Amino acid sequence: MSATTTAPKQDGFSIGRLLLEGRAFFALIAIIAVFSFLSPNYFTLSNLLIMSSQVAIYGILSVGMLLVILNGGIDLSVGSILALCGVCAGAMMQGVTLDFAGVILYPPVWAVVVLTVAIGALVGALNGVLVAFFKVPPFVATLGVMYVARGVALLMTNGLTYNNLRGQEALGNTGFNWLGFNRLWGIPISVIVLAVVATLAGLMLSRSAFGRWLYASGGNERAAELSGVPTRRVKITVYTVSGALAAVAGLVLASQLTSAGPTAGTTYELTAIAAVVIGGAALTGGRGGVRGTMLGAFVIGFLSAGLVIIGVSSYWQTVFTGAVIVLAVLMNSIQYGRGGRKT
Amino acid sequence: MTRQTQGAPDAREVVLAARNVAKSYGNVHALKGVNFDIHRGQVTTLFGENGAGKSTLMKILSGVIQPTTGQIILDGQPVSFANANEARDRGISIIHQELSLAPNLSVRDNIFMGRELRGPMGVDFAAEERQVRALMEELEEEIDPLTPVEELRLGQQQIVEIARALSVDSRILIMDEPTSALSASEVEVLFKVIRDLTARGVSIVYISHHLEEALTITDHAVVLRDGTMTAYAPRADIDLDWIVRNMVGENYDLGQPPDSDKREVALSIRNLSVPDATGKDLVRGLSLDVRAGEIVCIYGLMGAGRTELLETCAGRLRATGGEIVLEGQEISHLSIAERIARGLALVPEDRQRDGLVQTMSVGQNLSLASIRNFTRGLFTSSRAERKLIDDSIRSVTVKTSGGAAPIGSLSGGNQQKVVIGKMLATRPRVIMLDEPSRGIDIGAKAEVFRLLAEGARQGLAVLYSTSEVSECLSIAHRIIVMHKGRISAEFDSTVSKEKIMAASGESVAA
Repeated sequence: MSATTTAPKQDGFSIGRLLLEGRAFFALIAIIAVFSFLSPNYFTLSNLLIMSSQVAIYGILSVGMLLVILNGGIDLSVGSILALCGVCAGAMMQGVTLDFAGVILYPPVWAVVVLTVAIGALVGALNGVLVAFFKVPPFVATLGVMYVARGVALLMTNGLTYNNLRGQEALGNTGFNWLGFNRLWGIPISVIVLAVVATLAGLMLSRSAFGRWLYASGGNERAAELSGVPTRRVKITVYTVSGALAAVAGLVLASQLTSAGPTAGTTYELTAIAAVVIGGAALTGGRGGVRGTMLGAFVIGFLSAGLVIIGVSSYWQTVFTGAVIVLAVLMNSIQYGRGGRKT
Repeated sequence: MTRQTQGAPDAREVVLAARNVAKSYGNVHALKGVNFDIHRGQVTTLFGENGAGKSTLMKILSGVIQPTTGQIILDGQPVSFANANEARDRGISIIHQELSLAPNLSVRDNIFMGRELRGPMGVDFAAEERQVRALMEELEEEIDPLTPVEELRLGQQQIVEIARALSVDSRILIMDEPTSALSASEVEVLFKVIRDLTARGVSIVYISHHLEEALTITDHAVVLRDGTMTAYAPRADIDLDWIVRNMVGENYDLGQPPDSDKREVALSIRNLSVPDATGKDLVRGLSLDVRAGEIVCIYGLMGAGRTELLETCAGRLRATGGEIVLEGQEISHLSIAERIARGLALVPEDRQRDGLVQTMSVGQNLSLASIRNFTRGLFTSSRAERKLIDDSIRSVTVKTSGGAAPIGSLSGGNQQKVVIGKMLATRPRVIMLDEPSRGIDIGAKAEVFRLLAEGARQGLAVLYSTSEVSECLSIAHRIIVMHKGRISAEFDSTVSKEKIMAASGESVAA
């Protein structure tokens, strides 16, 4: 008897709980359903793939951002690192003049990719060192690096854009467009890159010792340190990875646009933060996951693309995106507010 | 029981009284029916160990929380306060252990914080300053109203807090461990102020761990244990022994020193000095050996340097001089992780701040310090981890629904066992525990001590600190008393409580 009377109550509770915890997932389903209803072109394979390849840029950035946010930090510099790395890649595609040797070096595309990612990682590591060793608050450190990286990108190009990234057959450096345009088994390469990045990050977070260190130091750095977690190393690593992933995103974007400009990726850091937050991560650190962040990135991407398809003004897109972010943060505080109050 | 309720011989006017006051949080009974009176112009001291319910009672009296049952009677009328502001309006103020002053603001601005005097031109600073000067004169303290609070000594800051309470015409002042961070001369000043206040008819509720000190100032004593009031008596009828007996109970047993064979020296501290941020030494040239299988207790008052000593050994703080030798190897240059790997583990004092990761589960907290033990190649093995967690939960007897339960769902005692279990899972040779009994109930306390005794029997070297004498005389083979960064005395387990207390006080200051 008592079991039957309490059963409905528990059901109601768990449905509410399910909706709350899977909110990003249900939001994505709702977005797809609404836009499919409004436009016949929305729910087609080709459109979904095009939208996904756009999401890939934000998605790759937001994986890096997630790691930083799990650590209790924030990385405002990823948009600028993206641009800087794109410009560096563009410059390398134009050929690197070595004055002392009197030659112009045309590195092959794979070398360009490796060097670019290394540059991104280096700038990210700079963030990490500032935060971990010089105790600069993450917000300020990455804000500074954001300006510096953007400035260097502008200086390198004099504010202009590299439009020719195709390379030349004779120089053996063709193939840069592969990242942005080609498909493997019908899937855009950028989406595959995102999938690989997300899978690796997910495995690292859930299965590796480093992942556990990251969650612990984000949840309570003092306790983690006293438990033998190398908290500084964890910090530097997450900012380095975030920088490297910004470089990857920069490469994908430059390849998709077939151009590399110093103003690319402006405000992308904010979109990446939004994706992480919509995905349920706590800005105070220690809570969140790759799955949520991916859903968050797709919610933002599919929402704005859908609004474009049904012909809503881009000004309204901004309003909608903002509303979604505020709603997500509100839900986060409901979810964590309950559990967190207990001491 | 020596319950001496009602009818204090002194017939002075009762200003505030508690009648059967009880407070429960769910199934936890923090306070179970307390009765006592606060007399006009007298000092009433609450005695009791950590977790006895002192702070709960204090919060009820000051309106911060409401009692579950029972009544607070103010001037003969039953009252109930919705919040601390209402209590303050009725003349009851509380001065917390952690002072609630804004260090960057001046004395004047602190005293009038939140209720600035308004004039036609905004805040009337001149009038505020006049009132502060008058207050300071009354207190016979030479504190300039315009000095920023951060430039005052701690004792003076406390006077500012008292002045703030007086400025709202408080008749009842509740002071939570007001002397814990004060020097002897500052305590003198504070006691003089307290005597002046009582002479003017202000009633003081005083809470202190420093029993002897409190006895010199108090007029009445209320003793709490486990949420129950065990005794209430005027000063004339009591002595130190009476308080201790009522605080800890007659049959209060935390165990005996285990008869383990004490082998080679496991941890050796040589001439260690640790400075604070300003360069003043908190630990001064201290030397101490702990043998494998031995349990050593460090007793000392707050500020004696116990925490700094242990945190330096663990690697959180850097020493300016001296050596820390673990099983024959100097380890001063090693990181925390390397020290843990070599078998030196610390259970920190503040488990919320330094011990637990609130965002993680019970199991993840338990396994946090020994992740390497269940990492196979790149990845952690969830099977090996589950085994480690299950073993830990069983060996330290954590009461939980399982490793996946959120850490916040556990009681204080069980949370403490998780922190201990986490460090024991690293299989240490030496374990250091900073106030392991802080804020946990007596049952859990006994279990923690039993656990340590068991460890010692198996050859673990145990070093724990405490500020409660009864905990020194339990499982420890040796008792070290610390005072102002030095060892002021060393006893074996047959020493009396009085001797330990005497060694920790100002009287033995070098």
